[in-house]
Amino acid sequence: MDVTPQTHPEHGLRLPIIGFVLSILLTVAALWVTYHSHLNSAGIVTAILCLAVVQIAVQLFLFMHVLESDDVPWHVLLLGLGLILVVAIVAGSIWIMTFHTEAY
Amino acid sequence: MATLEHSLPQGEAKVRQLPMEYSSDEGRLRIFGFWTFLVTDMILFSCLFATYAVLDKHIALGPRPSAIFDVTGFSVETMILLTSSFTSAVATFAMRRREKSTLVVWMIITMLLGAAFIGLEASEFLKDVHAGATMEASAFLSAFFTLVGTHGLHVSFGIIWMTCVVIQILQRGITPITSRKVFITGLYWHFLDVVWVFLFTVVYLIGGMY
Repeated sequence: MDVTPQTHPEHGLRLPIIGFVLSILLTVAALWVTYHSHLNSAGIVTAILCLAVVQIAVQLFLFMHVLESDDVPWHVLLLGLGLILVVAIVAGSIWIMTFHTEAY
Repeated sequence: MATLEHSLPQGEAKVRQLPMEYSSDEGRLRIFGFWTFLVTDMILFSCLFATYAVLDKHIALGPRPSAIFDVTGFSVETMILLTSSFTSAVATFAMRRREKSTLVVWMIITMLLGAAFIGLEASEFLKDVHAGATMEASAFLSAFFTLVGTHGLHVSFGIIWMTCVVIQILQRGITPITSRKVFITGLYWHFLDVVWVFLFTVVYLIGGMY
């Protein structure tokens, strides 16, 4: 069995460190937007949801090596399907139940 | 072990470049299987998120979200979990360099950070319950404790699981099988961080605006 260290150049510590700094900065930015910015509430919600999406991208690409595979990364397709289901469940529930709240 | 050696791909430069945990068909299949589990777990959390998003203003006679959320408390929890995600990535890096003791040290740091997170969350829950904000006080609190508690259970399970993997690393060293286990626990840990980022944003920041 081949026992020489098998590391790619991109697996250096540079990416995790960049990811860590970014993740802390994004959290601080979300806290600042929520408690110190002068945006209205819709603006705050949009801004911090966008920051959360960037934060997820940092985790997926810099920490989880999401595109890493010996062949076609099939799990990425599966993650795409999962994302569609998640959006359908969350957005669908909010959309349906908004009418329920208004009927109160 | 013999079967693993047998199934090593021969003469494929592309495959040989991949780290050890991908060196057998079984390893690759299990990593794919774990991604599948993560997608199903993501759907489980999305149902709980949907429930929370629908019920977060249904406070009945209980407290408003902003009355029970402690900004410093949940910010510290977030920083701890983000740091543990980073230390878990460093552990995977050490594993790929075949540095056994470095790997074990970073995994133990990750677990300690996870334990600190769970400790803070448990004390937050206890404080809420003592203040009368119990699970049955309102729909908001039911949704809150179920969503945040499910995440906390995942983190607790992750600590136990990682402990088992550390014991195996100490006993067997870094092999194709243990390296796959380290990689998969790492994926799990980063996934919990992803879920927490949404908890932080949706439950604490957006929920706390009411």
